Amino acid sequence: MAAAHRGLLSRRVVMRARVLVRPKAGILDPQGQAVERALPALGFTGASQVHVGRVIELDVEDEAQLPDMCERLLVNPLIEDYEIQRL
Amino acid sequence: MSVTSSRHRELGLTDSEYELILEGLGREPRDVELAMLSLMWSEHCAYKHSKRLLRRLPTEGRHVLVGPGENAGAVDVGGGLAVAFKVESHNHPSAVEPFQGAATGVGGILRDVFAVGARPIAVLDSLRFGDVTQSARSRYLLEHAVAGIGHYGNSIGVPTVGGEIYFEPSYEQNCLINAMCVGLAPRERLIRSAAAGPGNVLVLLGALTGRDGIGGASVLASAELGEGDADKRPSVQIGDPFAEKKLLECCLELLDRGLLVSLQDLGAAGLTSSASEMASKGEVGLDIDVSSVPLREADMEPFEIMVSESQERMLCVVEPERVGAVLEVCEHWETLATPIGQVTTSGRFRILKRGEVVGDLPVGLLVDDCPLYDLEPAAPEAPLYPGTPPVLASQATPAEVLLTLLASPNLASRRPVFEQYDPVVQSRTVRRPEQADAAVLALPDGSAIAVSIDGNGRRVACEPRAGAFEVVLECAANLACVGAEPLGLTNCLNFGNPEKPHVAWQLKEAVEGLSEACESLDVPVVGGNVSLYNESPDGPILPSPVVGMVGKLPDASRAGRLGFAREGDVIALVGPFQPAHTGSELAKLQGQAPAGRLPFKDVPAILDAQEKVRSMIRSQALQNAHDIAEGGIAVALAECCLAGGLGARVALPEGLDPFGEDLGTGFVVSGDPEALGDFPVIGRVEGKRLEIDGLLDVSVDKLQSAHSGGLDALLR
Amino acid sequence: MRVGVVRFPGSCDDVDALLAAERVGQTELLWHKDRDLHGVDAVIVPGGFSYGDYLRAGAIARFAPVMEEVVEFAAAGGLVLGICNGFQVLCEAGLLPGALLRNTSLKFVFRQVDLDVVDHDTPFTREAPDRLSIPVKHTTGRYYTPEPVRVVLRYATNHNPNGSQDDIAGVCNEAGNVFGLMPHPEHAVDPLTGSTDGLAIFESIKAHVGDLVQA
Repeated sequence: MAAAHRGLLSRRVVMRARVLVRPKAGILDPQGQAVERALPALGFTGASQVHVGRVIELDVEDEAQLPDMCERLLVNPLIEDYEIQRL
Repeated sequence: MSVTSSRHRELGLTDSEYELILEGLGREPRDVELAMLSLMWSEHCAYKHSKRLLRRLPTEGRHVLVGPGENAGAVDVGGGLAVAFKVESHNHPSAVEPFQGAATGVGGILRDVFAVGARPIAVLDSLRFGDVTQSARSRYLLEHAVAGIGHYGNSIGVPTVGGEIYFEPSYEQNCLINAMCVGLAPRERLIRSAAAGPGNVLVLLGALTGRDGIGGASVLASAELGEGDADKRPSVQIGDPFAEKKLLECCLELLDRGLLVSLQDLGAAGLTSSASEMASKGEVGLDIDVSSVPLREADMEPFEIMVSESQERMLCVVEPERVGAVLEVCEHWETLATPIGQVTTSGRFRILKRGEVVGDLPVGLLVDDCPLYDLEPAAPEAPLYPGTPPVLASQATPAEVLLTLLASPNLASRRPVFEQYDPVVQSRTVRRPEQADAAVLALPDGSAIAVSIDGNGRRVACEPRAGAFEVVLECAANLACVGAEPLGLTNCLNFGNPEKPHVAWQLKEAVEGLSEACESLDVPVVGGNVSLYNESPDGPILPSPVVGMVGKLPDASRAGRLGFAREGDVIALVGPFQPAHTGSELAKLQGQAPAGRLPFKDVPAILDAQEKVRSMIRSQALQNAHDIAEGGIAVALAECCLAGGLGARVALPEGLDPFGEDLGTGFVVSGDPEALGDFPVIGRVEGKRLEIDGLLDVSVDKLQSAHSGGLDALLR
Repeated sequence: MRVGVVRFPGSCDDVDALLAAERVGQTELLWHKDRDLHGVDAVIVPGGFSYGDYLRAGAIARFAPVMEEVVEFAAAGGLVLGICNGFQVLCEAGLLPGALLRNTSLKFVFRQVDLDVVDHDTPFTREAPDRLSIPVKHTTGRYYTPEPVRVVLRYATNHNPNGSQDDIAGVCNEAGNVFGLMPHPEHAVDPLTGSTDGLAIFESIKAHVGDLVQA
């Protein structure tokens, strides 16, 4: 019991997070448009509303820092939206 | 000792080559040794089938500072400055992954130039693809190769100032990506790659070592591409121009401070080839401990570390007391620097892992003992290359022929391509693409260097010796058009499988033609590259020698221009121009196969014409000068009209084929009637139409839409 | 008159900016790690690919130590000129409103373009004529802003190379002392290599600083 307790205390909690970054709606997304145009040319029909973004994955010790990391560096809030996922 | 295992065959070594290895080592090779030998003895590294032949090329010249055998050649351009340059191919990787293949091709040639101590100041590229009007794959390769070249060159801040692109069905399975770099250095900063000084430290600079390109050299470049090439994808190296920018500045500062004994870049076969070549040149031995090499992936084996082709790395030799200073400079430039070994007197290349020897080879076995093979050339008995379906009706009028030629992929404006390149960074560019026949870059003292890259496949296929001769003439003609005198030449020989007699014949003839031309022009070869095994089940590519030439002009402000400049100027045809239909673009559009003899070359008259054009551009007697190339004089006149935005009225000499070709021998020039005195005048610059008496009358606007639309439509 | 040019790892046109600025005054290279502007009268944040354009163009450069000084310098009214990548850095740093997005063509574009100078009342354009011919070279030059902005340069009709909003090529802050533009005036100062229209921007800076000194 005591050994297990000691084990819990000494283990640092590291969380793996994924940040999905998307172009903000309403701003022209030519990459998304290019992909949307290319799909039918390859024989895929029925794909629409294509948007191209970015994925950032990282290990963090303090997940409370993630929104700040996004706002200050990982994302440009003027032109991008983001979503944080715990992996 | 006998050959019992077949590991060596999987790595591309023949049984007899393996026998030689057993003899040279006195035992079976260990894994890391076998991997290293298989790469160093591959065609790409050892030039097994071409080395003997390349000895024919003339390499001496009064301006030569560094000849073939170093990372790049260099010539003296006066004012205490040297210009280093080289062209290299990256054909096979680009066929598999065109963006990264082309990008790392640029990265590699940049490193070759700063490895000799020169700051890269320009890039040019020669690209060849299949028929883009028919092949979606070739359009894909073109689009991504261009994007890759732009990505790397633009990001690292080296302008792409020129190039050429050709399309032929023959290149469908084997595209050609040849990248040339030109660099500038104070003469005293030029450095050689021979490792020296037993006890000196080997320091690895730059990126982490990963699994990029493992087996790349032997797997890709020494074998013809076949069906299963998608799984060769992991072998392609990924380039990082940002890392290379930092590496470049770091190396130049290390050289400026005199901190290095020698410097070598890591290219094909990575650490193995760089280190062993450094040791061989210096006649020393090397010890490398692979456990000190900084890795991107934790669990790499010694052989993987030794053959990795991870990009953006350099190897240098440093005196022990200077290592600290070297590390400081590297830290300033955020470039990783790690001592990984030392120079010894043993004459052997030893690979250690945490102090324990895991490989031990004589340096000579790696670098010098690879067998060289003689070619067995034999002229082909039947034509090798078919004609392509005609795109021109036989009753087409001359005007229709001209417009079709101008819109054709080989002649149309390359603006959609070169707009993806930055031609001005570093503030030296005096002539940008489409402004003149050669790129012109200003030097600090007011003089300038001119650079052109030219190749040919179709005409070399007709007659390899004469065709290759023409390639050199055309390159020199391009330099003459801006007023430059050639100083030196670099070449890339792109051919099929040299073990086949007809390809061996093409190669031998082409090298002979190149050599004869260099001798006639007194231009030495200072370095180059060979790319063989460019074949598919359909046969070899058109034999495609590519030549890059550097020249000098005394006054940058007087560099020549391509376009007609002023209404009223008279137009003259200069040079012993003897155009013929054989091997021309028109013949191709009419469906004819490349075959037949090329026009005889009157060398003294050609030299005389080039000299006249050069000196009259320098004296500003000429307003423009443009050499007549593909498409003949009609296309050349149209190009002068398009570049100048002015029309012309011209009468061609009796019997002169308006679309016939004779590369490197004829020039269209214009200027004051008094200035042009002796030259045969054929017309005047005037109006907004191109009128060739008795032949055609087309508005410049119409020429413009044909010319500018040609490639645009294909790249959308 | 002393002009400082910032150099980040990956800056390319810093050398060209230094050459151009040398035509109107003395120059100083400002290394990204140094928190010292060496008392210059104007700062140029140059073109290139600082930090490889990784994450977003200019996103990492804005946090360089030297940029803290540049922000303070701007707040105190100092002249700051951001060219191309420099413009991207200034937007990321919040010294200018808006952001630069990928060109609508998705490709890098080099082109000599005509620009209309629509605001002559800035230290950077006071000596400029109404039209300038200057090259652009970028992949990410499409200007976007949801807020009102002081537009200084617009691409002339049919000359917009990247799809930027309202053909905007260059903007400044309300006070007019911070100016960002995508075209490269430092590549239009030498008749040997092209047009010399870009010189007007450097001459304007010189004239402005000259007035300040006299005042």
